[in-house]
Amino acid sequence: MLSIKHLSAGVDGKAILKGIDLEVRAGEVHAVMGPNGSGKSTLAHILAGRDGYTVTDGEVRYMGRDLLGMEIEERARQGVFLAMQYPVELPGVNNMTFLRESMNAIRKSRGEEEMDAVSFMKLVREKARQVKLDEKLLKRSVNTGFSGGEKKRNEILQMAVLEPFLAILDETDSGLDIDALRNVADGVNRLRSPHRAMIVVTHYQRLLDYLEPDHVHVLAGGRIVRSGGKELALELEAKGYGWLLEEVAA
Amino acid sequence: MGSSNTAVEALMGKGYAQGFVTQIESDTLPPGLDEAVIRTISSRKEEPAWMLEKRLAAYHHWLTLREPNWAAVRHPPIDFQAISYFSSPKKRPQLGSLDEVAPELLATYEKLGIPIEEQKALAGVAVDAVFDSVSVATTFRVTLAEAGVIFCSMSEAIREYPELVRRYMGSVVPHKDNFFAALNSAVFSDGTFVYIPKGVNCPMELSTYFRINEAKTGQFERTLIVAEERSRVSYLEGCTAPMRDENQLHAAVVELVALEDAQIKYATVQNWYPGDSEGRGGIYNFVTKRGECRGDRSHISWTQVETGSAVTWKYPGCILRGRDTVGEFYSVAVTKGRQQADTGTKMIHLGENSRSTVVSKGISAMFGSNAYRGLVRVAAKAENARNHSQCDSLLIGDRCAAHTFPYIEVKNPTARVEHEATTSKVSEDQLFYCRQRGLSQEDAVSMIINGFCKQVFNELPMEFAVEAQKLLAVSLEGAVG
Repeated sequence: MLSIKHLSAGVDGKAILKGIDLEVRAGEVHAVMGPNGSGKSTLAHILAGRDGYTVTDGEVRYMGRDLLGMEIEERARQGVFLAMQYPVELPGVNNMTFLRESMNAIRKSRGEEEMDAVSFMKLVREKARQVKLDEKLLKRSVNTGFSGGEKKRNEILQMAVLEPFLAILDETDSGLDIDALRNVADGVNRLRSPHRAMIVVTHYQRLLDYLEPDHVHVLAGGRIVRSGGKELALELEAKGYGWLLEEVAA
Repeated sequence: MGSSNTAVEALMGKGYAQGFVTQIESDTLPPGLDEAVIRTISSRKEEPAWMLEKRLAAYHHWLTLREPNWAAVRHPPIDFQAISYFSSPKKRPQLGSLDEVAPELLATYEKLGIPIEEQKALAGVAVDAVFDSVSVATTFRVTLAEAGVIFCSMSEAIREYPELVRRYMGSVVPHKDNFFAALNSAVFSDGTFVYIPKGVNCPMELSTYFRINEAKTGQFERTLIVAEERSRVSYLEGCTAPMRDENQLHAAVVELVALEDAQIKYATVQNWYPGDSEGRGGIYNFVTKRGECRGDRSHISWTQVETGSAVTWKYPGCILRGRDTVGEFYSVAVTKGRQQADTGTKMIHLGENSRSTVVSKGISAMFGSNAYRGLVRVAAKAENARNHSQCDSLLIGDRCAAHTFPYIEVKNPTARVEHEATTSKVSEDQLFYCRQRGLSQEDAVSMIINGFCKQVFNELPMEFAVEAQKLLAVSLEGAVG
């Protein structure tokens, strides 16, 4: 589904990613871990098309297409979803309306009919229950005045409603208490499917306790320095990143 | 992002969709202003002597005044002798039936997207269409007449309801109020008169579309709305103007009088020609709008959506004279290109327990400059007066400006006056977020801006809220922070 080859990129001439290779197949969940400043979020942003980064080398193919050549909204419409580390507030923009506009933009681009208001409401309510997002928040402005946990649940709700093919979760676990973390993880697990791939970017092991990734990659200094199964995450949890970085340096 | 800014400007530099001139013969006075001109205006309109006297008194006072220069706007000096003060379509049709209206006029309204026919049928809105200076079509008069509501042109009101006009005109905005009010009082061409009798809830939204069409002709509208005890009325004015090379001065006066327990809602959607990308040729909009809550428990609410004009200078205000009166001001003002706006409100608390609310949303893009100037005055006798003001500015790009000038004068210790102000930008984070969810950049900007303005749009009648949203989307198409 996603094939990243020798991806190098930076900001303002400063190299951040230095040759990333990553293959993600449908149905797989990949965890990308690493210390702060290792380039995890940069990778997530570049996949989603955020401005401000310069790709200096390599390529990314998504479902056979050149992902980096696509506009941000085009990627979204083709099924790339980024759950953001800091979900943005949109004052005055109704949460439900936003989600409906979003879904309809995606459906329209695929030549599908817009979903009627009644079915849409039903769908969103159902999904909101699943991610334990208070229904009142659907009537409020997008993320405006939401707590950290509510914002993250709202991201997962959007993901559940939009049903992307490739979901990228950028530090979705940061700042969450254990209950919120569990809700978010449940929401993500419910979305696991043979047709969907996920890249979970995280600093800590704890989210992975609930998610059980198929593959774990450690990103350090702009490179993937180690890949393995879920046991790699446990090892990192026990020993920290230091040993790995030393090993790589040696 | 340098590249996206260029794209934005290309989009925002889009031609003004309402720019066209209707070919219709006009009967226009030569430019210039003196006593003879005023006498001519008055006699052409077949006005009674008292009206002429009022005009002349205003003119003589105007001669003693100088054009004000305190507003945060810049424009070349206006040559008042280069303006023609009267213009009326020559083929003056009979009032009463749309069939008799010149087809060019009807076509103009069609182009503006406000077909009277359709409005008659669909919206239940009575339209007093002002084309240049003379009213040419008035609909729904019969229904209104049955309710006892008077809704007619000012010229007609002066002839047919002289007592009412004499009693109320100038009672809220006297000709000595300011330079432009004095000028308007001397030369006003036409406008709208509304009278709602005691206890009557006006059976429909009243609406007037203004349109400036004659080159070099200043437009001096005069509007007066009187709501008697326990009556209610909602009024909407909407404006567009065709493209012009020279600046056109617009100095209207609007007066509202609300007696005991009466309620007036006055909404404006203004989209006059803002000038070209250098600001040449746009409308100068120097308007005096004021309402007086004269009776106890009366209520006046101003709502405005201002996207047009090169220079706007406008402070719709409320004099809260009665006890327990309520004044409200909800405003969205957009400046882009070289547009400048100095706008806000005045809330004058004279009565006990008077309350006022101000919600102002300023949006600046490109080189636009937007100033909020608001006065809240609480007089010594106004026990327990309350005011809450909220002024939010939204910036798009990094070359525009937003200013806030709140003036607060409190002479009674029981008053509670609150002022909140925020300034924010349409952020790249917001745009990225929306686009990552599949929305196009334009839809994203429009959604964010409409969200910002929501509190104000909520105050507009439903169909106009939709229109206002579209207007905003068109004026700020493709704007990126």
